[in-house]
Amino acid sequence: MSIFIDHRTRLMVQGITGREGRFHTRQCLDYGTRVVAGVTPGKGGQKVDDIPVFDSVRQASEVTGADCSLVFVPPLFAADAILEAAEAEIPLIVAITEGIPILDMLKVKKYLAGTPSRLIGPNCPGLISPDSSKVGIMPGAIHTRGTIGVVSRSGTLTYEVVHQLTHEGLGQSTCVGIGGDPVVGTGFIDCLAAFEADPLTTGVVMVGEIGGSSEEEAADFVAAKMSKPVVGFIAGLTAPPGRRMGHAGAIVSGAGSSAAAKIAALEKGGIRVCRDLASLGRICKGIFG
Amino acid sequence: MKLHEYQAKELFRRYSVPVPEGITASNPGEALDAARRLSAYPVVVKAQIHAGGRGKGGGVRVARNDQEVTEAATVILGSRLVTAQTGPQGRQVHRLLVEQVLDLARELYLSIIPDRSSAALLVMASQDGGMDIETVAANTPERIIRVKVDPLLSIQPFHCRRVAFGLGLPPILHRHFTNLLTNLFRLFVENDCGLVEVNPLVVTGDEQLIALDAKIDLDDNGLPRHPELASWRDEAEEDPLELAAARAGLNYINLDGNIGNMVNGAGLAMATMDLIKQAGGEPANFLDVGGGANAAMIEEGFRIILSDPKVRGILINIFGGILRCDVLAEGIIQAARSSRINVPVVIRMEGTNVDKGRRLLADSGLELTTAVDLADAAGKIAAIINSGSRA
Repeated sequence: MSIFIDHRTRLMVQGITGREGRFHTRQCLDYGTRVVAGVTPGKGGQKVDDIPVFDSVRQASEVTGADCSLVFVPPLFAADAILEAAEAEIPLIVAITEGIPILDMLKVKKYLAGTPSRLIGPNCPGLISPDSSKVGIMPGAIHTRGTIGVVSRSGTLTYEVVHQLTHEGLGQSTCVGIGGDPVVGTGFIDCLAAFEADPLTTGVVMVGEIGGSSEEEAADFVAAKMSKPVVGFIAGLTAPPGRRMGHAGAIVSGAGSSAAAKIAALEKGGIRVCRDLASLGRICKGIFG
Repeated sequence: MKLHEYQAKELFRRYSVPVPEGITASNPGEALDAARRLSAYPVVVKAQIHAGGRGKGGGVRVARNDQEVTEAATVILGSRLVTAQTGPQGRQVHRLLVEQVLDLARELYLSIIPDRSSAALLVMASQDGGMDIETVAANTPERIIRVKVDPLLSIQPFHCRRVAFGLGLPPILHRHFTNLLTNLFRLFVENDCGLVEVNPLVVTGDEQLIALDAKIDLDDNGLPRHPELASWRDEAEEDPLELAAARAGLNYINLDGNIGNMVNGAGLAMATMDLIKQAGGEPANFLDVGGGANAAMIEEGFRIILSDPKVRGILINIFGGILRCDVLAEGIIQAARSSRINVPVVIRMEGTNVDKGRRLLADSGLELTTAVDLADAAGKIAAIINSGSRA
């Protein structure tokens, strides 16, 4: 089992005719994902890797039954693409795009709250249920099928974590990159709740970073609602206050958003926090293995 | 991107948000001319730098006559102003804003920011204007009014009234305040702002509301929609290394430590900086080369790290996904051949094409230290730090 996606997931790719869209569609296909449609307005009728391209999301979903959309649309047009997918009632929308203006994301988040669609991202690597489906840009080969859930605000840092888990013989049920932007569709708590409810997941690794308060809120959720063990890691102990560390959301502002404050909150919530990234796999082996 | 006060006030004027009469100057002669064009003395001479706390740092002076204007302008222009926000090295002042002095009855605080957890726009206000709002929030949180505005609904008169009542404004000022806040909100949304702050917003003796100070941060992601605002960027306010990195498409922040580092991905870059600290060093920078880096970008990243004289060693940590390890290795080899690398370099790579990348490095004949995993990399960095001298 897994959360959000599995071998039945029928994927459409918005922005499939662009360089990135084309490249990662191929990678998803090679991993075994059922890619059924692409969308690029004005390029309906074309094909990319034998996948039919449509002018609109609604058309693509009606013809192919796609139930998940992966968005590679450039930043200034990405909000429109996400809204189009939500309006067409696509259940799961995964936005890879980095650099969407925050005001666009505020509107997207408010609109989606009134629809049944779930958004993952933006500015994220997507998600993968090993050996079943990959909806994202992560290197598939580092993952192995198993029972550990991974949820993270980062991209390559997640790959590092997964690599260490795999190295220790700990396979993964699903790995979700929720994104490094200040406003994201799906948060830690949504993923933790899904992992708690997933019968096959036995433990969760949660990877956070400086900025905002979502790790603190997640820690309260873990304390109140989770029976499965959670291991945490927080990046940015050495990040100076007031500077944005690459991710638009990674900035220490005020007392609450620093790595030290987050680590304290996680530990208070009963989460085993790993402070040294080099030993994360070993610590997980001790707790989950 | 930060705007200067005079630029923020120019935007305020365009949105009919009242600001004091004011003129910019970049030499004492212009400052005197500006003061004479204003309606009357006294005037206030304000340093234009991207940092708060200018008053306490000596960057804001009141002048009562021509001589005092010339004196103030001469002292402030060209000086390095040190404030609570500039760091000990301070910021050189290249421009002044000369403004009329107002008759203040009350000083208020007003700001708009995006609220990440509720996905709303948050209007904050306080009767304690002129003070640092973080201090007010810490000591007297009940004195801050917060009103959340749904971005799909936009601002309505009832939102503005809630703030006006919270500030204890007399009813005669409510309509004026509603117009001001509505205009400020429009300014925020139509220009893709990340922060608009008026501290203080003053009530004058004759019951006018005027934005005495103005601070605007623009959302960098929205900047492509606003070419005019993008052209307002003041490169003199930016770290030269950070500017060079941005031009090369690299995400670089200059820090005070001794171990340079180059990483792909922001989260892994932060975690690598933390690892350097745990190994006994201090990170000299944050550098995310991104997922689409090519050999030329890697080479430029090297050049930027090496141009920082504090750097005693470099850790490269790449988890190859889209960025393949062989491409990284080629960039490192090019960089090592074109610019003399005079500090030890530890390279840890993993992921796509890692064997090919390692082979390229091994065959290059360059003196590079490779690490098999993060623990190994941390140990090798610790060894450099403990050796206490340049290689």
